[in-house]
Amino acid sequence: MKTKLECKEVKVFYKDFQALHGIDMDIFENRVTALIGPSGCGKSTFLRTINRLNELIEGTRTEGEIYLDEKNIYSNEIDVVALRKKVGMVFQKPSVFPMSIYENIAYGPKIHGIKNKGKLDSIVEKSLVAANLWQEVKDRIHKPAAGLSGGQQQRLVIARVLAVEPEVILMDEPASALDPISTSKLEELIGELKKQYTIVIVTHNMQQAARVSDFTGFFLNGFLIEYSKTNDLFVNPHDKKTEDYITGRFG
Amino acid sequence: MATRGKEKIITVLFWLSALVITAILAGIIGYIVVKGISAINWEFISQPPSRAGKEGGISTTIIGTIYLTLVALLIAVPLGVGAALYLEEYGRKNTMFGYVLKLTAETLAGIPSIVYGLFGFVFFVIFLNMGWSILSGGLTLAIMILPTITRTSQEAVIAVPQEYRSNSFALGATKWYTIKRLILPAAAPGIITGIILSAGRAVGESAAVLLTAGSSLGMPLNITDPARTMAVHLYILAIEGISMERAFGTALLIIVLILIINYLANWSVRKVVRQ
Repeated sequence: MKTKLECKEVKVFYKDFQALHGIDMDIFENRVTALIGPSGCGKSTFLRTINRLNELIEGTRTEGEIYLDEKNIYSNEIDVVALRKKVGMVFQKPSVFPMSIYENIAYGPKIHGIKNKGKLDSIVEKSLVAANLWQEVKDRIHKPAAGLSGGQQQRLVIARVLAVEPEVILMDEPASALDPISTSKLEELIGELKKQYTIVIVTHNMQQAARVSDFTGFFLNGFLIEYSKTNDLFVNPHDKKTEDYITGRFG
Repeated sequence: MATRGKEKIITVLFWLSALVITAILAGIIGYIVVKGISAINWEFISQPPSRAGKEGGISTTIIGTIYLTLVALLIAVPLGVGAALYLEEYGRKNTMFGYVLKLTAETLAGIPSIVYGLFGFVFFVIFLNMGWSILSGGLTLAIMILPTITRTSQEAVIAVPQEYRSNSFALGATKWYTIKRLILPAAAPGIITGIILSAGRAVGESAAVLLTAGSSLGMPLNITDPARTMAVHLYILAIEGISMERAFGTALLIIVLILIINYLANWSVRKVVRQ
């Protein structure tokens, strides 16, 4: 098992408020790592340190180091565009762009300089196939993407991320806006994707964490309280706070 | 029972106000059509005026109007849209500068056009020695419509969902790429609406134009040539008692021109949205 991401003493501040208090965490390649914890515990903030998306919010400061394949993504030589090509992100609310399904998928590859029509065609098809969406949309890929259902939109967004060929995929509560059937399709997809990608998923739903992940980290008030194999964490938590949370005593 | 009665009265009152507004609008347009249609023929549209507008057509004023409006839009649209993009996408949010600019834009939008005309006359025509010209008039009109274009563009850009931006950045896009490929197309309908409003104001403006572009009846070719617009022509025809029939004919053509601009703008909005 290879370490894909090595996080050392990661701290995030929003102006005077400290959202993360020195997170140390190793994330493994081709595994699904779930981040759980109550609202405002810092799990989403932590997720956004991995693609440096917190930087878009004014007044945010990040300290510490995160090594992606042994390269510190917070060092000055790192190009954020190249980093975000390697580390894709799926958000809570599926946000399809106001253009066709095809153009949604081609949006990312075009950023990174791919203009050849034939190449784009094959990327679009490959990405939609990988996101389990191709069969449902292949006859209307030039129609507006807004016409898709919520579950299809979320898989379209995943296909859009896959199209830039990332290595790590971050998911921020990707199922929270989906119905149960769409959710189970998404979880199935996550299981397939981990063969090729390293996945970090934030979820409110502990059953979901237990179903899809190999490792689970429990966050509380900006601290990583416990981090271990998912099964161990749920069956045999070491920390009293973890136990209270997963048994539903708070949160 | 009382509530239902009240509801009925209120419905009738609202219906009446809608009726009055429609009637006024239909009345004005109907009156202009009735009074002006007799003046309009091919010669009126295609020939330059002669004998101060008593005879001939109004071709030079049609060209002058379009020329002047285009120059004003060419200056004001890039500046206004650019300022809106800077404020919403690049500049820090909620700064003093942004607030002052917003306040300035709103104040400028309320200034009477004759005041812009006076400024344009003193600054462009005399101080910068541009004379009465398409350029002086275009610059003056550009300043006049700039607040509207900036504000409407700003509103249109704000209305683009925030998630588009974060999704685009997360895919590795730069700010400029996101603006070009995502934000501008999504905001285009709103921006174009602002441009239509502004173009309408520019086409219909007389006071500011009279002071800065002059009232020459010649055909404006160079940007330094003076020009008379349709609105100015209408004003002079009426105030100097040259021909009321021709004044109404000109008014009718101004309305037609504004309708054409609206139609073209709507058409381009639909085209952008369909993409």
